[in-house]
Amino acid sequence: MHAIYPLTLAALLFAVGVYGVLARRNAVAVLMAIELLLNAANLNLVTFSSILRDQFGMGQVFTVFLITVAAAETGLGLAIVLLLYRNRGTAAIDDARELGEDGALGLRRIPQQADGEDGAAGRTTNPAPKAVTK
Amino acid sequence: MTTRALTSTTGVEITFVLIGLLTFGAAILTVTVRNLVHAALWLVVALGGLAGCYLLLSAEFVAWVQVLIYVGAVAVLLLFGLMLTRAPIGRTTELDSGNRWAAAVVGLATAGVLVSVIADAVRSTWFDPRLTVATGTAKSVGSSLFRYWVLPFELLSVLLLAALVGAIVLSRRDVSADADTEAEAEVTEQSQPKAPAQATEAEA
Amino acid sequence: MTTATLALWLPVLPLFSAAALAAVSLSGRARAAVPALAVLPIAAAAVLTFVVLFGHGTGAATESRIRYAATGGPELWLGARVDGLSALIAVLVGVVATAVQLYSVSYMAHEERYTSYSALISLFTAAMLVVVYSTDLLVLLVGWEVMGACSYFLIGHHWERPEARSASIKAFLVTKFGDVPFLLGILFLAHGAGSFRVQPILQHAIAQGGHGYTAAGAILLIGGVMGKSAQIPLQTWLPDAMAGPTPISALIHAATMVAAGVYVVARLYPVFLVTTAALWILAIAAALTAVTAALSAFAQRDLKRILAYSTVSQLALMVGALAAGGRDAAIFHLMSHGAFKALLFLGAGVIIHKAGTGDVDELATQSLRRKLPMTCVTMTIGLAALAGFPPFSGFFSKESIAGAAYDTATHSGPTKSLLGITPPSGIGWLVLAATLLTGFLTAAYALRTWWMLFGPLEHGWFRSAVEVSSRQPKAPEPAGHAGTAAEAATAADATTAAEVAAAGEWALEALVAESLREETEAAEQAAAKAKSGPEAPRAELLPLVVLAAITTVFGFVGLNLGWFATWLGDADGNAYRASAADAGKLIQPDGAYHLAPALLSTVLALIALALGLGLVLAAARAKPGTDPNHVLGFLRKPAFLGFRADDLQDAIAVRPVQVAADAVGFLDTEVVDGYVRGSGAAARLLGEGLRRIQTGNVQLYLTGVLTGVVVIAAALGFGR
Repeated sequence: MHAIYPLTLAALLFAVGVYGVLARRNAVAVLMAIELLLNAANLNLVTFSSILRDQFGMGQVFTVFLITVAAAETGLGLAIVLLLYRNRGTAAIDDARELGEDGALGLRRIPQQADGEDGAAGRTTNPAPKAVTK
Repeated sequence: MTTRALTSTTGVEITFVLIGLLTFGAAILTVTVRNLVHAALWLVVALGGLAGCYLLLSAEFVAWVQVLIYVGAVAVLLLFGLMLTRAPIGRTTELDSGNRWAAAVVGLATAGVLVSVIADAVRSTWFDPRLTVATGTAKSVGSSLFRYWVLPFELLSVLLLAALVGAIVLSRRDVSADADTEAEAEVTEQSQPKAPAQATEAEA
Repeated sequence: MTTATLALWLPVLPLFSAAALAAVSLSGRARAAVPALAVLPIAAAAVLTFVVLFGHGTGAATESRIRYAATGGPELWLGARVDGLSALIAVLVGVVATAVQLYSVSYMAHEERYTSYSALISLFTAAMLVVVYSTDLLVLLVGWEVMGACSYFLIGHHWERPEARSASIKAFLVTKFGDVPFLLGILFLAHGAGSFRVQPILQHAIAQGGHGYTAAGAILLIGGVMGKSAQIPLQTWLPDAMAGPTPISALIHAATMVAAGVYVVARLYPVFLVTTAALWILAIAAALTAVTAALSAFAQRDLKRILAYSTVSQLALMVGALAAGGRDAAIFHLMSHGAFKALLFLGAGVIIHKAGTGDVDELATQSLRRKLPMTCVTMTIGLAALAGFPPFSGFFSKESIAGAAYDTATHSGPTKSLLGITPPSGIGWLVLAATLLTGFLTAAYALRTWWMLFGPLEHGWFRSAVEVSSRQPKAPEPAGHAGTAAEAATAADATTAAEVAAAGEWALEALVAESLREETEAAEQAAAKAKSGPEAPRAELLPLVVLAAITTVFGFVGLNLGWFATWLGDADGNAYRASAADAGKLIQPDGAYHLAPALLSTVLALIALALGLGLVLAAARAKPGTDPNHVLGFLRKPAFLGFRADDLQDAIAVRPVQVAADAVGFLDTEVVDGYVRGSGAAARLLGEGLRRIQTGNVQLYLTGVLTGVVVIAAALGFGR
């Protein structure tokens, strides 16, 4: 087998994970995308273990380690999300803006709609920065 | 490694391409569907596809560990998380409208850079996964794990312990106010998502 | 110990005196020893200068030197060069310094800073001796500058008074302005000759002629000469320096420091002789200065200012004599002038202490002739010498200058210059005319001064005139006083219309007279005591008598054929003669100049004297009871103001510097600080801009981070 197949798949999975981390609003969805990132790395490790065939079996062992770490990280991540939800009542990430500056570029959040039509909601509203007094 | 023309395929390659496409499609859907629970389920499909890839690469033990841990535990954990945070069920406008396009650009850029670098690097690298079947068994992995990698193994168990303790501590409620906050949370569960949202809107 | 070595270590004596007095001043104890510490070392040094003079005799120039620094370029020598010139001038310095220190013992007795004052005088004396004896021009420059610094401190001795402070700064700055080209001149000469010592420089000048470094050095040195010797355009500091104590004026501004410029020209005379341009510059400046300063002296009201302008005028005569080739005449006049001008200043000090004021109009009413008999006699001798009245020394020295100028103008008789070089006859005529005119004016103002101080004037008129003019409102122009004079006249008692008009005419001077009254309490007490007491303390009278005796006798020195000239020697004596002969230049075989009166110049000088005296007598008779300088007419006001040289300097030098300083200040606060403040503002603006990115949205931040990572990965991946 040509090595490019698994490696390309890993790269593409990684890119999809990047998109998911940056684009999703719900915290749990972000965690899911993080899982994709980790799995892309895992695939890379296994592929190279098969290519290189080292005597220590390093690739596969590290893959197991990585799976373990991912599990631990997901657990902790969810605990944090839970705390976030408890304090604010929402798990949306872009609502947690306390560290932002007044008058920063406002990336307006689209209010949630039950039916979720994306016609009007999908538009970007980027209001001009205005001085906000908090 | 033998050098062959790229276009001469073997059965392994064809199978891998098919499973790969499945995995990739599932991953795309994970990050794009509007329904959170569906996203989680598509994640399960992607992870399962990956387990299949591992099998094709003769990493047998890893594949089953993948199924066991990722599909069995982590995905379920994510679903529990969705439940506990009262994620909206059904189609919602989930995506961050503002950042979506920037994220798409970054993602495409990442894909482009990685793929081209890798393609350039492994242009003439063929391997036969059948040769590593023996090293993919549980016996082999276990023996190398406990012979050469025992220290990281122990450290990892400490890590798990830390994560466990941390998760418990983080998600623990105060014992005294336990009952009251739970009652309040029940009553105001409907208005709470709206009110802070409106408050933040007014602030922003 | 050879003479030259003695001369080398001579300045140590006054230096020791200065150090000891400084120690007393700082420690505050042993005050009683101060007069002894001030006078005795200086007197010892004066005696030693006589020893050096007689030890040197008429021999060749001798040097005693120590190599101080072997630099890569011209070397630096600490040494003394004893030739006739330096020996004679050192004697002058010693005698006048001793007289002044002795005089100051009682004159400054009531001052609380007497110790530091006498320490500075001792330091000054040491510096002047260094200048006189030094064989190395850089060491001479050190002494030169120390003299300038001491002059600054001493003029500003009464620093409680604003006019003393400003006068000391003015003196310092104006002389420093001339010292910059002076330094450059020294460097040029040294560069040309390869050494800073006098002897090689003179040899180089003779060998090379008036080109290149020699000429440039000569012309640049003139700057320092003009500054220190108060010639045009740097003459403005000397009249104002009279704000210092009177003994200082006697020492520094009559006999020694201002003579240093003349001395340097005489010392380096061959350098100047070969540079005709320098001679012309000196002659023109001297002629202008002599006449304008004499006119200004004629118009002054303050006794010390009269003497100051007189000093400027006489110094101009010396410089003119040097320009016309009459080095011997110039030095002769330098010495005689030093003696009688010091005498005049010290006598003026006695008068001012006795009368409490320096204004000649007021002094006229004090009947000084009766109160100060000895001072009257000695000052009469001094004024007569100043005017050039035979047989006092001034007559002989002034006549010798006229003679030298005449000889240069007509190229007749033995040339008094070296190297066979005679300055252009134009210079001779110019200097001759200036000398005669100045002699005429000098006689006039000398007689006027004597008339106002000791002459037969009616009493009472001046006082009322001064009082009337001082009661009037202080208006700048006297022309508009007719109306106000009428009001004030009613307040005055028994003033006639003529008196009022005359008082209005003198209003400007009356304003000045106000400031001349000694206002310190101690001075008033001393004046009150002096008014009634004896004439003056013996410590003050003794120097007067000694200097008057010198003034009387010194003139006859010139009569004795060649006595002065052989003692003075050709500038470098035999050693120089030998080298010049090697260079193939002609040397005048008859090296001794006859300072005896030559007929024509003597007659001319006597005519000028008679005219001057007659003018003032006629003026006094024309308007009895008035200041005789009314004869100046329209010139009186400009002459009183020194022909507005101060305003000219202000416009040329002071204003532009102030404007430039304002501009620099503006640049600093607005431009440079603007950049500094702008950098802060820029940082703040940048921060304001960058704040905008802080949205608080974690995904935005992550997007940025990952973009950067991708870019870096791409660069690394495709960079090769």
